[in-house]
Amino acid sequence: MTTFQLNGHDVQTGEEERNTPLIYILRSPSIGDMTPKLGCGLEQCGACRVLVDSEAVYGCTLPTSAVQSRHVETAAGLDTPVRQALIEANATQCGYCLPGIIVTAEALFRTNPHPSRVEIAHVLDSQLCRCGSQPRVLKTLTELARK
Amino acid sequence: MKALPPGLVSTPSLDRWIGLSENRKIVAYTGKVEIGQGLLTALRTIVAEELDVAPESILVVSAHTGHTPEEGVTAGSMSIETSGAALRQASAWARRLLIDDAAARLGIAADQLAINNGEITAPGINESLDYWQLYTGSFNFEIRALTPEKSPDRYRLVGHTGQSRIDVPAKATGAAFVHDASAELHARVIRPPSLNHRLTGINAEVTSPGELIVDGSFVAVAHPHEFKAEQLAMTVSANATWHRLDAPEANFDIDETRRVRAAAFPILNGTPTLTPPTPINTAHRASYSRPFLMHASLGPSAATAVWRDGTLTIESASQGIEPLRLVIARALRMEDANIEIRHIAGAGCYGHNGADDAAFDAALIALALPGRKVLLKWSRADEHGFEPFGPAMRMELGADLDDDGHVLTWTHDVYGFTHVSRPSPHAPGVDLLAARLLQQPLSHSPPVPRLTPEVGIHRNALPIYAFDTQHVTKHFIADSPVRTSALRGLGAQGNVFAIESFMDELAHFSGTGPDVFRRRHLGHDTRALAVLDAVLESCGGLTGNRGLGLARYKNRQCCAAVVVEVSVDENTAEIQVPRLWIAADAGRVIDPDGLRNQLEGGAVQALSWCLKEAVTFDTEGVVTSRDWESYPILRFSEIPEVETVLLDHPEMDPVGAGEATVGPTSAALANAVFAATGLRVRDLPMTPQCLRGVAAQ
Repeated sequence: MTTFQLNGHDVQTGEEERNTPLIYILRSPSIGDMTPKLGCGLEQCGACRVLVDSEAVYGCTLPTSAVQSRHVETAAGLDTPVRQALIEANATQCGYCLPGIIVTAEALFRTNPHPSRVEIAHVLDSQLCRCGSQPRVLKTLTELARK
Repeated sequence: MKALPPGLVSTPSLDRWIGLSENRKIVAYTGKVEIGQGLLTALRTIVAEELDVAPESILVVSAHTGHTPEEGVTAGSMSIETSGAALRQASAWARRLLIDDAAARLGIAADQLAINNGEITAPGINESLDYWQLYTGSFNFEIRALTPEKSPDRYRLVGHTGQSRIDVPAKATGAAFVHDASAELHARVIRPPSLNHRLTGINAEVTSPGELIVDGSFVAVAHPHEFKAEQLAMTVSANATWHRLDAPEANFDIDETRRVRAAAFPILNGTPTLTPPTPINTAHRASYSRPFLMHASLGPSAATAVWRDGTLTIESASQGIEPLRLVIARALRMEDANIEIRHIAGAGCYGHNGADDAAFDAALIALALPGRKVLLKWSRADEHGFEPFGPAMRMELGADLDDDGHVLTWTHDVYGFTHVSRPSPHAPGVDLLAARLLQQPLSHSPPVPRLTPEVGIHRNALPIYAFDTQHVTKHFIADSPVRTSALRGLGAQGNVFAIESFMDELAHFSGTGPDVFRRRHLGHDTRALAVLDAVLESCGGLTGNRGLGLARYKNRQCCAAVVVEVSVDENTAEIQVPRLWIAADAGRVIDPDGLRNQLEGGAVQALSWCLKEAVTFDTEGVVTSRDWESYPILRFSEIPEVETVLLDHPEMDPVGAGEATVGPTSAALANAVFAATGLRVRDLPMTPQCLRGVAAQ
C-alpha cells in the first residue's frame, strides 16, 4: 500500500499498484485528476509533470511507491499566482502542455520568486509546446517575477 | 452587394445557429471546432457584439453531428471568415426578429428601442422586455436574405481588448480533452513497422478482463485499467511478427527522376491548367527544399467510441466530424444516421493529423466489444510514425533582371506530393489509416492533383509582386513514398520560403536593400506596403543580422511581414533567434489577443520546422524519428522575444491568420542567416550540419 497527500488530501493506493507510474493512478476514476497529461511516456515532453514535495517530476515514469508519505501537487491543486497569471494571459493555445508548464513554473517560483526570463526559459526546457505559445508564457512569467 | 454567407445558404434555419435558453443564456451553434486557435471565444465575441449582450451570457456549442450546422472541415484559416460571418448574420437576424416583436408589443417603432444586455427599453417608457420574455422556444425563421449588421463604429467588443479564452481554465485545472473522457475500457493499437508491413502472427495470450482484437493486420488491446492496457500493448507488440509487402527500396527524395515524371500544371489566372509548360531559361536560378514534416501533436491521437443499441457514438478531435462520419459509415457499411460524432478538444491540431484515424481505430474496437465505451490513445512512437506527414517540397526559381534591378521575368516551379488526403465522402477510397490493414482491406484514395486556386502544392506559389512576366508551374508527384496531408500552411510554407529567399538573393545581386527591392515590385499593393512599413518601424530597421519575409496567405487572406534576428555561433554553427517582429493585416480584428496568439504561434512553429525538423526513414520506409529526441522541436530557451503589430481594418471583413506567418518567418530566418554569415541556406532544416555544408561549398 502507498499513502500520500494529493493537493492536501490523503490518498491510499493498493499494494499491486506500487510499480504503476503515478500518472495512471492520478488519472484513474477513483482519483480523477486529469491535469497530468500523457504525452510521450519517455520523460521528454513534460506534459505529465507533477510536484512531489515541491519538486517537479515526471509522472509518466515515477513509480507510485516513490511518493510514499510525500506531498503530490498537480495543476488542479495549484491555485497559485503562476496558474492564475497564465490563465489570465491566455498563455496557451491547444492547452495540452499547460498543466505541465504550470507545475514546472510553480516549482521554480517557490525556490526563486523573481527569476529572470533566461532562468525561466532554462527551467521550462523540460516542457515542450508545439503550438508556439512559449513567447507568451515567458512574457507572462517574466512579468509575474517582477511583482 | 454582399452575398449571404455560404453557411446560411446550406443551413438557412435560424434555430440551427442561435437559440435562447431558460437560464438567460444565448446558445450559439457552430460546425467549426476549437483547436487551440481561440475560435469559440472569437465567435462568442461576434455573437455578443451583434446581440448587445455580455459575452458571458453566451454558450457556444461546437461541432456535434445532428446538433450543429454542417460546416465541413475546420481548416485553411477560414473559420472566422465563414462561421464568423454566418453567426454574425444569424445574430443580426435574431436581434431584428426579437426587437420587431418588442416594438409591436410596446407599440413603439423598432428604431426607438435600445438594447442593453438583452433588455429592451424605450425612452420615456417604464415598461421593458427582454430577449428571453420574447423568445417562444424557437425563431421558426429561415434566413433567405441579408439583414443589416451592426456598424463597426458602434463596436464595443469586437476589435477591443481581447477576451479571456472560454476553454483555457478547464484546460489548466481539470478534464478538457478527449484524452480525459471517461470510459469503461482503455485501448491501445499495435501497429506494423510501416504501412508496407502486414501481420504474420501473434504469439501471446490475453486473458480477461483484457481483450485482444485482431482484424487482418489491425491489432488492438483493451483493459479496464489504463496502465494494464499499456502493458498489454507492449506484450502483444513484443510477440507480434510482421512481414514486408513486396516493394522497392523506399525513396524519399524529390530527385531528377521524380521531377521529370511529375505532372506539370502551369498556373494561368491563378488556376493550374493542362496547358503544356514552356521551358524558360533565366540568368538567375536557385533551388530550395523542405523535408517531410510532422504535426507532432503534444498529445498522441485519441478518441472514444461505444457501439450500443445500433448506434456508434464517437468522441473525436477531428477537424471535420461531418465528413468523418460519412466515411466511417461507408467503411463500416452503416447508415450515416446510426453514427454520432461529437468534437472534443485534442492536443494541437495544425491540419490533418491522426485524429480521424484514431476515431476509426476506436470505432473498430468498439464494434468488437459491443456495449462498452472505449477510450483509445496512440503511443508517442505511433504518433510520430503514422500521422499523415506534411509533404516534402522542392521549389526551383528563376529570374531575369534589367540593369536597374527590376525583375523582368520570374519563374517558379514547385514539385511535391499531395497536401490533401483528409477522409472525404467525395473521395473514392477510405482515407483512414486502419482501413488498409483490415482482413478485408479498404483501399485509400489515389493522390490526385488539385486544380483549384491556392490549394495544396501551389498555395502561394504565385508571388505577391507585380512582375511583368511570370511563369508559375505546379508539378504533382503521384508516387508519394509515405502518407502525406495538410500541415499548417500546406504549400505556402515552402513556396513563400523560396520566393522570399529568392527576392533577397536578387536584391543582394542588384545591390539593393531587401526592403527597397520588395517595395519596387509591390506596385500599388497598399496593404502589403503597410505591413512592410509597420514591421520595419517596429524593429527599427534591417540591421546586419536580420532578415525579412512577406506574404499574403493564399494571396487573398492575412498579409504578414516578419523580421527575424539571428545570432550564429561560429564554433558550433548553431543558429539562435533572440528576437522576432511581426506586422499583420487580417482585415477587421475580432480579438486582438487571439490574433496575436495565432500569428506568434505560427511564427514559432515555423522557426522550429526550419531550424530542427525533418522526418527520417530507413531504406524500407520505416519512420526512424519516433520520439522527441530523434524529432526535436524548439524548446523554451530557444524561443525569441516576439513583438507583434496589428493593422486593424474595422470596415473590412475579417480573415483567419493561423497560417499567415509560417512562410514569411521561414524566409526571414534564411535571410537573417545570410545577413549574419553570408551563407545562403536553401535546403531545410538549417541544422549546424546543414550550415557547415553550405559553408563548405
